[in-house]
Amino acid sequence: MIALVANPTRAVYAALVATLAIGWVLVAFDGGTFTLNDMVGIQQRSAALGIVAVGQTLAILAGSLDLSVAYLISLVSLVAAETMAGQPSNILTAVVAALGVSALVGLVNGIVITKLKVHAFIATLGVALVIRGVLDHLYDGPAGRVPVEFQQLGYARIGPIPVAALLWAAVAVAVWFLLRRTRLGNRIYAVGGDVEVARLSGVRTDRVVIAAHVLCSLCAGVAGLLLASRLGAGAPTVGTDGGYDLESIAAVVLGGTALAGGRGGVAGTVGGVLLLAVLDSVFNQLEVNSFFKDVVRGVVIVVAVAVYARRTGRRAS
Amino acid sequence: MKRAIPIFLVLAGLLVAIAAANPFFLEPAGFLAFLKRVAPLAILAAGQYFVIVSGEFDLSVGSLVTVEVVVAARLIDGDESMTWPVLALLIVIGLLVGLVNGLVTTKLRVPSFITTLGAMLILSGAVFLWTGGAPRGALSQGFRVFGREGVWAVLILLVVVTTAVLLMRADFGRTLVAVGDNEKAARLSGVRVDRARVLAFMISGLSAAIAGILLGGFAGVSAQVGQSLEFQAITAVVLGGVVLGGGRGHVVAAIAGAFTLEALFTLLNLHGISGALEYAVQGVIIIAAVAAGGLRLPALRLSPSKV
Repeated sequence: MIALVANPTRAVYAALVATLAIGWVLVAFDGGTFTLNDMVGIQQRSAALGIVAVGQTLAILAGSLDLSVAYLISLVSLVAAETMAGQPSNILTAVVAALGVSALVGLVNGIVITKLKVHAFIATLGVALVIRGVLDHLYDGPAGRVPVEFQQLGYARIGPIPVAALLWAAVAVAVWFLLRRTRLGNRIYAVGGDVEVARLSGVRTDRVVIAAHVLCSLCAGVAGLLLASRLGAGAPTVGTDGGYDLESIAAVVLGGTALAGGRGGVAGTVGGVLLLAVLDSVFNQLEVNSFFKDVVRGVVIVVAVAVYARRTGRRAS
Repeated sequence: MKRAIPIFLVLAGLLVAIAAANPFFLEPAGFLAFLKRVAPLAILAAGQYFVIVSGEFDLSVGSLVTVEVVVAARLIDGDESMTWPVLALLIVIGLLVGLVNGLVTTKLRVPSFITTLGAMLILSGAVFLWTGGAPRGALSQGFRVFGREGVWAVLILLVVVTTAVLLMRADFGRTLVAVGDNEKAARLSGVRVDRARVLAFMISGLSAAIAGILLGGFAGVSAQVGQSLEFQAITAVVLGGVVLGGGRGHVVAAIAGAFTLEALFTLLNLHGISGALEYAVQGVIIIAAVAAGGLRLPALRLSPSKV
């Protein structure tokens, strides 16, 4: 089982190293250079997606998925920026409010899925529509103001490393610890693996799924805070413009986590996000058409999952 | 079919409410306009139904609709004589995309959620790479007549519905439901599971081609013409009581789901809840409808293993 989980993770990191190497050569041939600054830029850009994807990993491992994260990110950026209203003294209140809203949305997702027995796809799509309606009703454009102090989160660096990347790393390590070292983590794998077996083994499966969704939404909330600090304001389209819903699911699956749940982990997801980010910045350096990027991204995701399917298939048979 | 009764009651209620708020709806012209508006989504829902009942998803139909419209506009470029060859090409594109989706899902064993998500990225990326970022060219009058003239749209819708019902009554339909219900059992009883699923994806691709042809005439050429149609189609199918994960539900109910969704939009518009809160109401109603269906049938699984 452990070897099976480790395999796709190793594969995605191998692909990451290969992409970096090939990218570096291509960029060098093109007459450019791939500097430390570009590497830092990669982390900077991927931090928000990375944090969302780590949360999405929890939902998917539990056998669920969350399509509401993109609109939640927009909502959180607005809640945070409006509460701060440019005052540094409001930062703490704003962060608490933003995370509170996120947890609430996650709770609703989890309860609708487990108690009302609505398929996760429909439940989170419905919640996404509700948030979208509220956003469209209340906001026409960017609102609120983020004080300069909080903008440090998005732009400051400690040495060469952006604070945003450290935040991503912290979230990833926390979730890794949760999954590998805690009872809840074990139960998330159990429920995602086989919900009936988990129930018969005495796991309160509903609670586990709800917890996974609350944590997933909290991660989206953290990403929303990060994006608000970058923009200096809240924006009703920041989440959907980034395509964080489907993109985060793609990154998780690229990282070798099975969409059916129960198999995979955070390490793979981090690799998947980095792979997407490296592809992106290599294409930027080569000034490749952005539509071509979409085509390549689509091919990479499908091919990667096809490769994982072959590996797991061979081991199972 | 018993599962489908609630959706017809809800649809009837919505239609009565619309008629009460806007008597024009009861006149032939008013009702024809409604049918014309519903037709593309109803056709997409019919196609999506085949994929969903076999236990899969097709997220690529929205992009595929955009691709069909953009390709048609660029190739026809206002030239009437190009209308029929391009129409034929569009149908081929739809079938081909479905074939690829189906083969990747069954032979390479990629979950259809990912296959069609990838197809979504590839299709929209490729078509705008080809046209340089924005739709170009124009549709011919002969092309636009299908989406513009209510009679044509209704006729096409009727043909699609009839074909879908006949397909589901034929061996193919029963095979497909069996595959969605219990893949292993179907395989052991000699059903060619992969072939059934590939055909389902091809039907979905074909329905996206037809919906694209209608929408090109109805809504015109734009880069957003197919946006989020995949979610609307899936929502419509699920509203019709078809279970995500496969094996249960009726195609007529799925089409009724599309009618219900469109009737809901119409009613919300009539009561001035347009744009802003429309989405919120839509979200609540979708969850409520599926929850109501799920509570009566506790067998609805949280995470179908096929996802």
